[in-house]
Amino acid sequence: MENQKPIVHRKDLHWWEQFYIPQIINGMRITLSQVFRPKFTRQYPEEKWNPPASFRGRPVLVEQNGVERCVACGLCSRVCPALAIDVQASETELLKERYPVRFEINMLRCIFCGFCEEVCPEEAIVMSKEFELVFRFQEDAIFGKDKLLISADKLKDRLEYLRKNR
Amino acid sequence: MELLISVIKIVVVMGVMLGIVAYVVLLERRLSAAIQNRIGPNRVGWQGLLQPIADVVKLVFKEDIVPLKSNRFIHDLAPIISLAVALTTFAVVPFGDKINLFGYDIKLQIADVNIGILFILALTSLGVYGLTLSGWSSNSKYALLGGVRSSAQMISYELSMGLAVLGVVMIAGSLQLDTIVEAQAGWKWNIILQPIGFITFVTAAFAETNRLPFDLPEAEPELVAGYHTEYSGMKFAAYYLSEYANMFVSSAIITTLYLGGWQVPFVHSFGFSDFWIGIIQVFGFLTKVILFVSFFIIIRWTIPRFRYDQLMNLGWKFMLPVSILNLLITGLVILLLS
Repeated sequence: MENQKPIVHRKDLHWWEQFYIPQIINGMRITLSQVFRPKFTRQYPEEKWNPPASFRGRPVLVEQNGVERCVACGLCSRVCPALAIDVQASETELLKERYPVRFEINMLRCIFCGFCEEVCPEEAIVMSKEFELVFRFQEDAIFGKDKLLISADKLKDRLEYLRKNR
Repeated sequence: MELLISVIKIVVVMGVMLGIVAYVVLLERRLSAAIQNRIGPNRVGWQGLLQPIADVVKLVFKEDIVPLKSNRFIHDLAPIISLAVALTTFAVVPFGDKINLFGYDIKLQIADVNIGILFILALTSLGVYGLTLSGWSSNSKYALLGGVRSSAQMISYELSMGLAVLGVVMIAGSLQLDTIVEAQAGWKWNIILQPIGFITFVTAAFAETNRLPFDLPEAEPELVAGYHTEYSGMKFAAYYLSEYANMFVSSAIITTLYLGGWQVPFVHSFGFSDFWIGIIQVFGFLTKVILFVSFFIIIRWTIPRFRYDQLMNLGWKFMLPVSILNLLITGLVILLLS
């Protein structure tokens, strides 16, 4: 009861204010003045939004020197709460020794939580800025490596953001 | 010939009015958007000018749902009453002076009834049936509550509306709308002679048309959509259209009674021919009406909805005494001046 807010005593209305009509006219003046303010609407398909670096769009695989950074450790698929990620590993001659033969994200299941990005030890899966995900068939929603691989230069914003804030 | 002229007038006025009402809907949407710093519908046609057509096409193809255990006949009848009443009221409103076309003197008014104001008051009270019957026949508690509210609200505001009009009638000395308009020639508009009557009449008109601040019959946060909760498709469109038709018609009535009707001040001093003066007067009337419709819309986004008890208090304890007082003052002044 101690931290209850004190009771505010409001002043009674002035007799002029009780007429109500001058107040309405004043209110209408404010309403009308809004008409001439700049609009907030974005004309969407023509005028697109460029999200800030902290935006979590669809998850993508980072591609560096023509190969994905991913080493197919499977942590992302393990941590994914919606069970959207499917990884199948294999061996490679490259320095990293392992790579994913198959890497699929079911975009109908993905909830854009960003856990995969957080858990990834190689900074190989990051959230991009893309948010336009429309499919005509359920099969189209399963993104394979062809759709997931994006070169590191295009993801610079997000990678820098991660380095600074993680 | 008289009959033919009447039929032509009815067809033209009906067509023009439905067109204007459809575009009043667009005006409301665009103006509301502008007030809320949005743009509003601007995709269909240039600046969204074909939006009403798109809306109607969509509503025509929608399924007509009738709730279970509801009274089908009354459910169908209610929107028809609403729309018919809203459109019929315009029949007695004069929208221009006599105009000479092809050798005939044509009066720009569908029916010159000598009890015009009584006719209007009678028809607007019929409008209650549209809402109340829809509420009752829908077999839904929200619709019923909306219908009951509308009947109580409209009946209580009709009283002060009628009393406010009496002031105008006393000044003009006639119930005929044409005479009332002619009595307001020049700058003798009734808004200047009858400011209190004007304010009470406008407030009552807001309550009659169920527009915010008095839109209790359809109060969204409490009653879903009020009396038209259970309506869909063209029947819903009839309600929607009748709301805007009501708005347009009551603006026209307010213009006729208080804002000088089709009178445009100083129009005779520019030396136009009689025919063109007639046309200018019709457009003057339309401009006044559209401006008043915009006033309706701006008020909607300015004043929040009244509580039900506040509404009744305002109607019975404030508006009624004020309109009676206005009547007394008007009578006294007329007595002293004569």
